[in-house]
Amino acid sequence: MRLLRDWLAGIPAYLWSGWGAIASLLLFLALWEWGSIHYGELILSDPRSTFARLVELMQQGTAWPELATTAKRALIGFALAIAAGSFLGMLAGLSMTASMMSRPIITVLIGTPPIAWLVLALLWFGAGDGTPVFTVFVAALPIVFIGAMQGTRTLDGQLHDMASTFRLPATMRFTDVYLPHLLSYLFPAWITALGISWKVVIMAELLATADGVGAALAVSRSHLDTTSTLAWIAAIVGLLLAVEYLLLEPIKRELESWRDTA
Amino acid sequence: MITKSQPGLHIRALTHRYTVNPVLEHIELDLTPGTVLALVGPSGCGKTTLLHLCAGLLTPREGRIDNGFTRPACVFQQPRLLPWKNAQDNIALGLKAQGIPTQQRRERATNLGQRIGLDQEDLGKLPRQLSGGMQSRVALARALVLDPDLLLLDEPFSALDIGLKEELYRLMLDQQRGRGMAVLMITHDLMEAVRLSDAILVMAPEPGRIVHRFEIAQPPQTRDEPFVYHTTARLLSHPTVRESFGLAPSYPEQSGSARTSP
Repeated sequence: MRLLRDWLAGIPAYLWSGWGAIASLLLFLALWEWGSIHYGELILSDPRSTFARLVELMQQGTAWPELATTAKRALIGFALAIAAGSFLGMLAGLSMTASMMSRPIITVLIGTPPIAWLVLALLWFGAGDGTPVFTVFVAALPIVFIGAMQGTRTLDGQLHDMASTFRLPATMRFTDVYLPHLLSYLFPAWITALGISWKVVIMAELLATADGVGAALAVSRSHLDTTSTLAWIAAIVGLLLAVEYLLLEPIKRELESWRDTA
Repeated sequence: MITKSQPGLHIRALTHRYTVNPVLEHIELDLTPGTVLALVGPSGCGKTTLLHLCAGLLTPREGRIDNGFTRPACVFQQPRLLPWKNAQDNIALGLKAQGIPTQQRRERATNLGQRIGLDQEDLGKLPRQLSGGMQSRVALARALVLDPDLLLLDEPFSALDIGLKEELYRLMLDQQRGRGMAVLMITHDLMEAVRLSDAILVMAPEPGRIVHRFEIAQPPQTRDEPFVYHTTARLLSHPTVRESFGLAPSYPEQSGSARTSP
């Protein structure tokens, strides 16, 4: 509750601090427009017709269902990854041996390109929801796992002793001593994992499914429709930016406010 | 073996080892309610290990610790505050562990905080916003607010400047007298030990053992600077004490004679 209140109270100041970001985004749009003039409409449509197409897609009612399908797949894979990754990572972090043993496995998981997982997933799950969900899960899992493991490994032994001498009960030890520290590692990992999920789901859909934003991108590509392609890209990037900067970043700041940043 | 019986803390034939070599050998110690006992000795003589054994952070393997005190509290060398809680909630941590309602424990924390020189504004600050001296006060208040019958101090004043030390000494002695609290303190500052304690136990390293006991009959609040200096000098002139700190034997004819080496 307190978190929600602080989040709402922090929004105006936070938005005001966003002017710099908006200025750099506008600069990027200007570059885009310049590129479009330079290379022509077929190679790079200009921003105005791209956004006009996006509005059109939304008014036709084609955009929202596709975005919802994609979001559903991304979020299921993401949710599975943060549940499994946080739990297993914390478990591994509790033991020195488990941490050392899991390191190379995580490196292998991170090093394996998502497209390779996608091919395997196609073989295992066929063309359906399973393939993008699995690919997202595998791509996001190691990031969350590492965050959880680092958080657990860096728990302060001195605070642990302090908690013992002050006879803190087990639940209070977790909520008051361990959890705030863990969250300061977990939450940034979750944000990174969400970004990865969102990118990977589009890729998976492009190759594996008949619906979702990825599939829509495949269709517009086959029609050589650059404007629609860019409109879809704008939609997914815009959605990610909105979720990250309006929802997650303020929560992250609130959770980490105790850290020595000043 | 830790047992609870007659009032006070009684240690008999305690030997402790982490690996093969004992860090503590044949420790015998009695601490009765209302008295202040100081453990002094060079670094590495096992003072902190002994304190951790008394605090229950380590389990004694050989020998016995009879701890008749029911409400012990610790102040560590570092403040060990929870960085995500403000000063008030840090002070109230032990009260929260006892299940005292929020309103009541905040009130008690505020009362004690104010007595110990923390104003309302300081109490609302996070540890990183407080100076080192303020953090030490919070750590002392966190222990005192529990109304302990045994206070274990591990050089909590070593990092503070002289003025602040004096102030915290006074605070601690006031609290100690008012409540009839027993104090077991570790220090390597002999003057601090002489100023505060009823008896001083001098320890020697390898293995850690008690080599000398020094009683001070004069009540702490009547000890002035000359008394502290003279008593410290008297303590330091004792051959066993000099040896334990690795000091050369004091022969008056040698002092001041400068020699040039070939």
